[in-house]
Amino acid sequence: MAQYAILIYEDEAGYAKGGPEVWQQAGEAHGRFAAQVGEHGAKITGGDALEPTSTATSIRNDIVTDGPFAETKEALGGFYLIEARDLDHAIEIAKLCPAPFGGVEVRPVMDMSGG
Amino acid sequence: MSRNAIAAAVADAHRREWAFVLAATARVTRDLDAAEECVQDAYVAALDAWARQGVPRNPGAWLTTAARHRALDTLRRDRTLRAKLPLLIVPEPASGPEREEGADVIADDRLRLIFTCCHPALAREAQVALTLRLVCGLSTAEIAKAFVVSEPTMAARVTRAKKKISTARIAYRVPEAAELPDRLDAVLTVIHLLYTTGHTDPHGSHLVRPDLVERAIGLGRMLHELMPDEPEVGGLLALLLITDARRATRTDANGGLQLLEHQDRSRWDRGAIAEGDILVTEALRGGRPGRFALQAAIAALHAEAPSYAATDWPQLLILYDRLLRTWPSPVVALNRAVVTSMVSGPEAALGEIGALEQDGRLDGYRYLAATKADLLRRLDRREEARQSYQDALDLTENAAERAFLAGRIAEMSLSE
Repeated sequence: MAQYAILIYEDEAGYAKGGPEVWQQAGEAHGRFAAQVGEHGAKITGGDALEPTSTATSIRNDIVTDGPFAETKEALGGFYLIEARDLDHAIEIAKLCPAPFGGVEVRPVMDMSGG
Repeated sequence: MSRNAIAAAVADAHRREWAFVLAATARVTRDLDAAEECVQDAYVAALDAWARQGVPRNPGAWLTTAARHRALDTLRRDRTLRAKLPLLIVPEPASGPEREEGADVIADDRLRLIFTCCHPALAREAQVALTLRLVCGLSTAEIAKAFVVSEPTMAARVTRAKKKISTARIAYRVPEAAELPDRLDAVLTVIHLLYTTGHTDPHGSHLVRPDLVERAIGLGRMLHELMPDEPEVGGLLALLLITDARRATRTDANGGLQLLEHQDRSRWDRGAIAEGDILVTEALRGGRPGRFALQAAIAALHAEAPSYAATDWPQLLILYDRLLRTWPSPVVALNRAVVTSMVSGPEAALGEIGALEQDGRLDGYRYLAATKADLLRRLDRREEARQSYQDALDLTENAAERAFLAGRIAEMSLSE
């Protein structure tokens, strides 16, 4: 099994405008997702939701600025760490991951064990 | 056997057996670079060995054995080094009586290779480059030349793609039934793209690049041999064979462009057309034909027409409508407009061209301007036709096509 990150990129406005029902639906959708991952033979090993980019602080060359690293319509809003057999398996899992206001990106986690 | 004859036998085995040998070796090395090195070494070793012992009856099997031996040696020697690299994921096939060692499993290896090269997680240009490199055995220099990019650029593209396969763990396997239609479509698209790049060289001075055309047809044949029951695979091979049957007549003695209308049909390759016809019939038999089978059916209808005027245009219109439903591409709609012009006249076709111009997806596509120009020419609207031919010329880089368009502009400017 290999580790992958599923990065969730979404338009934050969707949640800001949506109100409590959207949050509740998202919570339920992620709950279902968590249950499905195991049924598909993979495992969630970590992950969290992130506060919106309005709370972000960027640091580059020791210079601290407000805001996220890159201003884009779809911002990183959360992530999962999963274990999957191969990329196709990770993609199968990522397709289940809810992201109604955007999409997800699958990235292999760098193996630092040094073999 | 002379040195030259041996070299020719090795070159022939390179063309025929490369994919077979590499695919089988990659399963041992679980590393594409290492597999390539071992296979290269096996071909070099063949030059000497075959000079001494004669060319083996089954060169592919000889080369595979040599390459796999080499791979096992290297693995033993470099175990510590190799262990640090992420290995190719080779899922074991589900065990069962039908999966025992034998021809089927070996055939699977070539399919594993081609599906890995055309995995959707790789960019299209990387899929094309990897297919030429790993499945066809072309050198980086040859691939760079085919796509008019520098050799370092192509080398970087191939290296990045191979690294993604191992780092992101793209599995070395044939997709499961549920994902097969989409994954197969990507493979067919890559082969078709190779063919069309060769069919009309986007940049070159000659119209056709026979090397790419023949590689594409070779890949089509290989895939059809490996997946004989997939209608779209037969459809693609038929499309390539029937289109290529006209190759000799697409240019005149001076390399000038000859339109379908003026081609000498007696010089079309009837053998290729007959082979394509059989494949089309099979591909259409299953019902709900795909986009390659339908394009092949269209090509076959052109091929069997005694002349341009005597072509079954109403039947072509029906086929184009089915193709548009299966594959709603503006390029298909443009080709349909030409058929409309033969069924209902150029005026009606201009209406369809207008809709395509509005649509905007074909902005900058040279054949949209060229088709419009031709319809206007047939309506004797010479000044508008001249302008559209000029628009097409401005978008065209191929020398043979440029000469043709320049000729039409001169014609439209004469004797108003």
